[in-house]
Amino acid sequence: MTDTTLDMSLKGTMTKPKERSEFAHTIDGTVGKPFLDGKDTKFHCRGVNVFYNGTKQAIFDTSVDIGKNEVIAMIGPSGCGKSTFLRCLNRMNDTIDGCLVTGTINLDGEDIHAKAQDPVLLRARVGMVFQKPNPFPKSIYDNVAYGPRLHGLAANRAELDEIVESSLRKAGLFNEVKDRLQAPGTGLSGGQQQRLCIARTIAVSPEVILMDEPTSALDPIATATIEELIDELRQSFTICIVTHSMQQAARISQRTAYFHLGYLVEVNDTKTVFTNPQHQLTENYITGRFG
Amino acid sequence: MSTLGILLTLTVLAAFSYYIGRKRSLALATPVKRGGNNLHSLPSYYGYLVMIWVLIPALLVFALWSALEKPLLTSTMISHLPAEIQNKSPDEISLTTNRVLSLAADDAARTSAEPVMQAAAEDYRQMQQTSSMIKTLLVLALAIAGGFIGWRYIKPETRARNQVERVVQFIMITCASIAILTTVGIVFSVLFESIRFFGHVNIFDFLFGTHWSPQTALRADQAGSSGAFGAIPLFVGTLLISFIALLIAVPLGLMSAIYLSEYASTTMRAYAKPAMEILAGIPTVVYGFFAALTVAPFIRDLGSMVGLSVASESALAAGIVMGVMIIPFMSSLSDDVINAVPQSMRDGSYGLGATKSETIKQVLLPAALPGIVGAFLLAASRAIGETMIVVMAAGLMANLTVNPLDAVTTITVQIVTLLKGDQEFDSAKTLAAFALGLSLFIVTLILNVVALHIVRKYREQYD
Amino acid sequence: MSSTTTEKVKATLAKRYAREKRFRAYGFISIALSILFLAILLLDIFSKGLPAFTSTYIKLDVVLDAPTLGLETNPSQEQLKVANYNKAIQTSLETMFPGVEDRKQKKALKALVSDDAQYSLRDQVMANPSLIGTTQSLWLLADDDIDVFHKGGIDRATPEADRRIKDFQLVWLDKLEAEERIESQFNTNFFTRGDSREPEQAGILSALIGSFYTMLVTLLLSFPIGVAAAIYLEEFAPKNNFWVDLIEVNINNLAAVPSIVFGLLGLAVFIQFFGTPRSAPLTGGLVMTLLVLPTIIIASRAALRAVPPSIREGALGLGASKTQAVFQNVLPLAMPGILTGAIIGMAHALGETAPLLMIGMVAFIMDVPNGVTSPAAALPVQIFLWSDSPERAFIERTSAAIIVLLAFLILMNLLAVILRKKFERRW
Repeated sequence: MTDTTLDMSLKGTMTKPKERSEFAHTIDGTVGKPFLDGKDTKFHCRGVNVFYNGTKQAIFDTSVDIGKNEVIAMIGPSGCGKSTFLRCLNRMNDTIDGCLVTGTINLDGEDIHAKAQDPVLLRARVGMVFQKPNPFPKSIYDNVAYGPRLHGLAANRAELDEIVESSLRKAGLFNEVKDRLQAPGTGLSGGQQQRLCIARTIAVSPEVILMDEPTSALDPIATATIEELIDELRQSFTICIVTHSMQQAARISQRTAYFHLGYLVEVNDTKTVFTNPQHQLTENYITGRFG
Repeated sequence: MSTLGILLTLTVLAAFSYYIGRKRSLALATPVKRGGNNLHSLPSYYGYLVMIWVLIPALLVFALWSALEKPLLTSTMISHLPAEIQNKSPDEISLTTNRVLSLAADDAARTSAEPVMQAAAEDYRQMQQTSSMIKTLLVLALAIAGGFIGWRYIKPETRARNQVERVVQFIMITCASIAILTTVGIVFSVLFESIRFFGHVNIFDFLFGTHWSPQTALRADQAGSSGAFGAIPLFVGTLLISFIALLIAVPLGLMSAIYLSEYASTTMRAYAKPAMEILAGIPTVVYGFFAALTVAPFIRDLGSMVGLSVASESALAAGIVMGVMIIPFMSSLSDDVINAVPQSMRDGSYGLGATKSETIKQVLLPAALPGIVGAFLLAASRAIGETMIVVMAAGLMANLTVNPLDAVTTITVQIVTLLKGDQEFDSAKTLAAFALGLSLFIVTLILNVVALHIVRKYREQYD
Repeated sequence: MSSTTTEKVKATLAKRYAREKRFRAYGFISIALSILFLAILLLDIFSKGLPAFTSTYIKLDVVLDAPTLGLETNPSQEQLKVANYNKAIQTSLETMFPGVEDRKQKKALKALVSDDAQYSLRDQVMANPSLIGTTQSLWLLADDDIDVFHKGGIDRATPEADRRIKDFQLVWLDKLEAEERIESQFNTNFFTRGDSREPEQAGILSALIGSFYTMLVTLLLSFPIGVAAAIYLEEFAPKNNFWVDLIEVNINNLAAVPSIVFGLLGLAVFIQFFGTPRSAPLTGGLVMTLLVLPTIIIASRAALRAVPPSIREGALGLGASKTQAVFQNVLPLAMPGILTGAIIGMAHALGETAPLLMIGMVAFIMDVPNGVTSPAAALPVQIFLWSDSPERAFIERTSAAIIVLLAFLILMNLLAVILRKKFERRW
C-alpha cells in the first residue's frame, strides 16, 4: 500500500500545470507542488493516514513537505481533516483515545514517531496555538513562564523574566500588559488572550508553530493584529496555519494546501492556488461553490 | 373505620366519580348527529374534575384530622385529669400522659392500674372512638357531597381541562414545597428542644465545657449536674475522626478520580468505576460492622506488635473505615469537577510539551481548585454527620484527646446513645441530644451551603 | 537558539518522566487501595457469613413414651401442647451418653441441642399423635456453641479454660461424629423466623418484613411526591423566582444533611407532635421519604432535562396544553431515568440505619410485623443489633444478614442498570 501511495503522490508531483479544460476531477494523489525536493525541508510527510477508533479514517495517504521559515496555510471545508493533519505534526493526536496515525512524518530528517523521539521534546520544538484562546487560569506572567519552567529553560529568575518579556514583545503584547503581569490571563480581551497564547508558545523557542484557526474566535481588528504578528514571526519560525478563511490564507501564507474529505487535493504556492488551481475541487472551493 | 378502610372507600368513590363525571359530560353534550361535540374539554377531564371534588376536600379533612387527633385528644384528656395531677410539674404531667396513653392501648395492663389512671385511660379510649367515628362519617360525607357538587357543576361549557390543570399544578407546587417544610421541620424540631435544653444547661457550659458525662444528670433536680454537658470532647472527637477520614478520603479519592479520568484505559475504567460505585453503595452499617470487628482488632494487634497501646475502639479504626467510605464520594465529585475543565486547557498544556502529570498538577488542578474545595467541604460535612460507623466502632466515653490511638466519642454517637433507649422525652439527657443535633445541623448546613455555592459558581465559569 | 532549547529540554526529560511515572503510580495505587479494601471487606463478610446459611443438627433416638412425656392415654391436643418433651430429649441424650453424673456436665449434655428442639418435637407429635409410644430417629437443632464448633469455629488446640467447648463435650461430639449423628443442614430458621436471644434460632424474617413495609411506605410517598416536585421545578416553575430558588437551595442542601438529623426530625415531629407510632414502619417510612426525596427529585429533574425541547415543542405545536405536553409526551420519555433514580434512592433508604435508631426501630422484635403500624425492626437495624451481641454465632449471623442486605442492594442496582441500558436514548 505504501508503494502505491508513493507512486500516486509522485504522479501528483509530476503532473504539469494543466489547462483549465484538463482539470483533475478525481482524487488520485496530490496535484500541484507538494514536495520541496530537499530544499530547506522542515517537515517531510509521506503516506500519512489517521484513523479514529480503528474504523473511521480521517486522513488518507497524505504526503507533503513543509519548508523552513515559510507560512503554509491549510484550507478546506469543515471536517476535511486539516486540523487533524496539523495535530499529527506535534503528535497532539496521541492525547486522543483511539486515534491512530500511520505513515512517516520526519522533522529535520528524524521520524517523529520513532521510539527514540519524545513527544514532550517534540512539542517543545513544535508549538501549537489553538482555535479558542485558552490561557491557563494563572497570571499573565505565569502563563508565559509556564513552558520555560516546565522545560527548565531559564536558569534563574532574571533569565525567566527576560524570556517572558521578549516573548510578550514578540507577540506584540508587552506594551499592553507590562503594568499588570500578575493579573490573571483570563481577564484579557479575546485578541489579547490569543496573543498571550502565542507568546506562551514562543517562550519555549520552538522551531515550528502550528496554528489551528487562531483567529476564528476573534473580531476583525484582533484578527488583523494577529495576521501582522504571523508575518513577523515568519522570520524566526516555520508556521503551519489552518484557516477557514481563504482571504487570510492568501494574505499571510507562501504556500497553501487544500484538503477535501480527508484527502490532500492540492498544494502549491499560494498565488498559484488562488489564481490557477489545478484541481476541480480546489477551483470549486476557492470560487465559493461550496465550503 | 380504620385508616385503610377509609382510604379504600375513597379510592372506590374516586373511581366511581370519574365514571359518572365522564358519563354526564357525554350525556350533556350535543349528540354528534345534531352538529357534533360542543364540550369544552375532553370527556375524561370532566371525570377528573368530579374526582377532584370527591377526593381533595375529603383527603384534606382526613389528613388534618389524623394529624391533630392525638395532640388534641391528649390535651383534652389532661384537662379531664384531677386537679392535683394537673398542678404537677410539666415533666410529671408528660410522664402521666405517656402512661395513660399506653394504658389506653393495652387492655390487660389497664385492669391492674390505679383507678385514676384507669378512668383517664377509659376516658381517652372513648374520646378516641368517638373521634374516629366522626372522622369516618365526616370524610365520607364530604366525599359524597363533593361528588354531588362536582356532578351538578358539569356543563358542556365548563372549562374542565383548565380547572383540572390548575389543581394538578397546585398539587405539584405543594409537593415541591415539602423541601422547605422539611427544613423548617428540622430547624423547629432541633431548635425548640435545644432551647429547652439551654434552660437546664447554660449554653456556654455546653459549648465550651470540657467534661461530658450525661449519665450523671439523670435526675433534673440533681444538684451540680450542669457541668456534665460540656460538649468540647465530642467536638474534638468528631473533628479527630473526620480529620483521619478526610486524610484518607481526599488524596485517595482525588487521585482515583484523576487516574480514572486522565490515565485509565477504557477497559480499566469499565471495571474500576462500578467497583467504586459498589463501595459507595455499601450501607454504613456494614462499614461499621467491618470497622468494629475487623479493622479495630487488626489495628490493636498491629499496635501491640510494635509496642503501642491502642484502644480497642480507637479513633484511628473508625476514621480509616470512614475515610474509605468517603473515597467514592470524593472521587465522583472530583471526577465531575475535573471533567468540567475544558479540553482546551489540556490541549494548551500538552501543546507546550507538558507531560500528563505536569498538565494535571499545574493546569487542571489549579483550574479545578474551587470545585475541589467544594467537594472537600461536602466530604467534610459527610464525615462529621456520619453516624453508624462511629456508633459501632468509636467509643462512648468522652475523652478529650487528639491521640488517634485512643477511644473518642463523637456528636452522632452521643445523639444515638442518648436517644436509643426508652427514656423520658423531657430529661436534660434527651434534650442534650437535640442540642447536639442542632450543632451538627448548623455545622453541616454551613459546610453544605458554602460548598454548593462554590461548586455552582465554578460550573457557571466553564459553562 | 532552537538547538539550545532541544538540549535543555533533553536534560530535564529523565527527571520529568520519573515524576510522571510516580504520579501515575500514585493514581493507580489509590484505585488499587480502594478496590483492595472493597475486596477485603467483601471477603471478610462472606467468609464470616456463609457458615450461617447452614446450621448443625444432631440425630437423636427419642423415645416418645407416654410416661416420660407425662401424658395419659389418648391425650388431647391441649395436653400434647404442654407435655414434657424436654424430658424425652434429655432421656435420649442420657441413654446415648451413659454415666454422666456431674450436674454441670448433665446440664451441658442437655445443652447439646437447642432450646428450640423441644418445640419442633412438640409440633411433630401434635401433627401426628400416633408417634407416641414409638422411638423416633430425629434431627434436632444443635446449640449455637456446638454449631460454631462443628463448622470449625473453635480450635481444639486452645487451652480448655479459654474454650467454649470443654474437653468432656469434645468426647461427646467425637462420638456423635463417629456415629454420623451430627451434620449441617440448610439454615431455614434464618429465613423463617424473627429475632431471638438464642443465635441458632434467630432469623431475619421479621426484619425483612419490617424493611419491606418501611420501603413500601417510602416508595408510595416519595415517588409521586418526588416526581411531582421535579416536574414542577423543571417544567412549570418560574425562573428567578425567590420561592423557587429557595426550594432548589433547600433540596440541594437536604441531600447533604446527615441522615441522623432526619431521625431527630422524625422523633420530634412525627412521633412527638403527630403521634405516629414509635418503632413502626409507618414512621420509618415517613422519615425515609424525607430522606430520599432530594435524591429522587434531583434524578427526576435530570431525566426530564434530558428530554429535548423539540418533544415539548412538537406537542405544543399540535395544540396540546403545557400540562398535556408534559404528562403525555415528556414524562413517558423521562420515565426510565426517573425510575432509575427512584430505585437508587430506595436502595439508599434500604441501607440507611441511623434515623431508624432515633425513632425506636431498634426494639427487640421476635414477631413478624403485620402492618405498617406494628412495631418492627429493619434489616440494617437487625445487623446493628446483632453486631452488638457477644456470641460468636451472632457474628456469623450478622455477616449473613449483611450478605442478604447486599444481595438486595445489588439486585436493585442491577435493575437500575438494566433499566438505564434498555431505555437509554441518545437524542
